[in-house]
Amino acid sequence: MITEIVFWFFAILTIGSACVVVFSRNMIYAVFSLLFTFFGVAGIYVLLNADFLAVTQIMIYIGGILVLLIFGIMITSNITGVDIKSGQTGKIQIFFAGIFSLIVIVGLIFIALTTKWYSAVPSAEVYSTIELIGKSLLTNYLLAFESASVLLLIAIIGAALIARRK
Amino acid sequence: MEVFNIFDKLLGENILSALVSVILPLIFLIIYALIAILGELKISAWIQERLGPMRTGPYGILQPLAEVVKLIQKEDIVPAGANKLLFNLAPYIIFAGSFAGFAVIPFTAAFVPAEINIGLFYVFAVGAFAVIGIVMGGWASNNKYSLLGAMRSASQMISYEIPGALVILSAAVLANSLDMQKITALQSGPFWNWFLFGGPGDWSKIWILPFTVLLSLIYMVSSLAETNRTPFDIPEGESELVAGYHTEYSGMKFAMFFFAEYSNMFIIASILAVVFLGGWNSPFGSFMSGFWWGIFWFIIKAMFIVFIQIWLRWTLPRVRVDQLMYLGWKVLLPFSLVCFIFISLYRIVY
Repeated sequence: MITEIVFWFFAILTIGSACVVVFSRNMIYAVFSLLFTFFGVAGIYVLLNADFLAVTQIMIYIGGILVLLIFGIMITSNITGVDIKSGQTGKIQIFFAGIFSLIVIVGLIFIALTTKWYSAVPSAEVYSTIELIGKSLLTNYLLAFESASVLLLIAIIGAALIARRK
Repeated sequence: MEVFNIFDKLLGENILSALVSVILPLIFLIIYALIAILGELKISAWIQERLGPMRTGPYGILQPLAEVVKLIQKEDIVPAGANKLLFNLAPYIIFAGSFAGFAVIPFTAAFVPAEINIGLFYVFAVGAFAVIGIVMGGWASNNKYSLLGAMRSASQMISYEIPGALVILSAAVLANSLDMQKITALQSGPFWNWFLFGGPGDWSKIWILPFTVLLSLIYMVSSLAETNRTPFDIPEGESELVAGYHTEYSGMKFAMFFFAEYSNMFIIASILAVVFLGGWNSPFGSFMSGFWWGIFWFIIKAMFIVFIQIWLRWTLPRVRVDQLMYLGWKVLLPFSLVCFIFISLYRIVY
C-alpha cells in the first residue's frame, strides 16, 4: 500500500518533470527540472531493491552531469534569464524527425507490451547488491569494465590536452 | 539482517516508527544548531578576547533563540529581478539535501534512522543536492555577487569531493564495508582499535598507522572546503562577495541556508567520528559503553570535530582561489592516492 503510493509519487515526479524538461522554453527551468527527473528515477531504483544503482544515479547524474550542464548553460546563455528559443528548423527536418520519433515510440510500446516482466530476486534474499555487482564486474564483465575505464582515461587525457593548447 | 532501529522493535515496522525515525534527527538537528550557533559566537569571542553575547539569559546562553526569533520576524524579501520560483525553491533543496544525510548516521548501536548497506556512499551522493541548491539560489538571485559566489562554491565543492572520496574509499578497503554501523562495530574495544590508529588487528597495523592519520587529516581539510567554511570560505568572502550565494536572502530563507551549513558541519563531523574515531564506541573498551553511553560518545566525538571547525574558522585567514586549487589538486589528491594504494597493498598482504 505505502510502496504503491511511493511508487506513484516517484513515477509522477519523474514523468512530470521530464515533460517540463522537454517542453519548457526556458533553458534554466529545463535543467533544474532534470534534477527532479533524476531524483525520481533514483527513487524507482530504490523501490526495485537496487540500492547501489540508486545512489550511483544520484552521485553521477545529479552530482556530476547535472552540475556540468548547469555550468554550461550559465556560461553560454544570457544569464539574465532570456528565453532560449530553438532556431528555425526546416519543414523537412521536422517531418523526418516526427516519423523517426513515432517509430521509436511504437517500438518501445511494443517491446514493453510483449516482454515477460518478472521480478528477478525476492527482496528479502538480497540484502546488498554492491558485493554482487563488484564480483560480477571483476569476473564476468571484466573486459567491459576495463574498456570503460580506458575510455574515461582517454577522455581525461583529451580534455587536459585541449585545455593546455593555448 | 540485524535490527538496527530500536523503534522498529518498540513500535513494529510500520509508518509510525518510520515517522519517529525521521522526526528524531530533525529535533536533534534543531537543538544542535542552536548549540553550535552559541558555540560559534562564544568561541569566536574567546579567541578574540571578547566576552561575546552576555545579555540574553545568563552568560548569553539564550542568544541563539533570540537570533531565531529575530530571523522569523524579519521581512521576507524577494528581489524584483529575481526568478521567484527558483529563488524560493533553492533553500529547501539545500536543506533537504543536507538533512537527507542524517538518514544513515548511526547515533548509537541500536538506532540509525535508515539502515542501508552503502551508507558512506549515500552520504557522499546526497551532498550533490547542496551544490545544485547553491547554484540555483545564486543564479535566481539575479545578483552578480550571488552568481560569482555560487560558481566558486560549486567548483570548490566538486574539486574537493575527489580527495574526500578517496579517503572514504580507503576506509571502505580497510573496513571491507560501506555500512556505517558495521564500520563502527569493527572498531569496538579500546581506542587503539579506531581507524585513526590503524583499526583493529595485531601489531602489523603499525605499517598503515601514518597513512590512516594522514587520511583523517586529508578528510578534515577537504570537508572544510566542502562546507565552505574558513579557511576555504572564498565563495562567501565578505570583503569580495558580500555574502556569496545567499546575499539576497533574508528572514527564514536565510535561516534555512544557515541551518543547512550547520547540518553539513555535523554530517562531516559524524563521518569523521564514525570512520576514524570509532563512532559510538567507548574509548575504554567495554567500560562506559551501552545504549545511552553510545549516544553520549558519538555526540561528544562529533561535537569535538565541530568545535575544531569553529576553532579553525576564527584562527586562520582565508586562502586565495589559486591556493585553494593548488591545495586540492596538487597536495591532497596525490597524498590521498598514495595512502589509498598503501592501504590496499596492506589489505592484500595481511
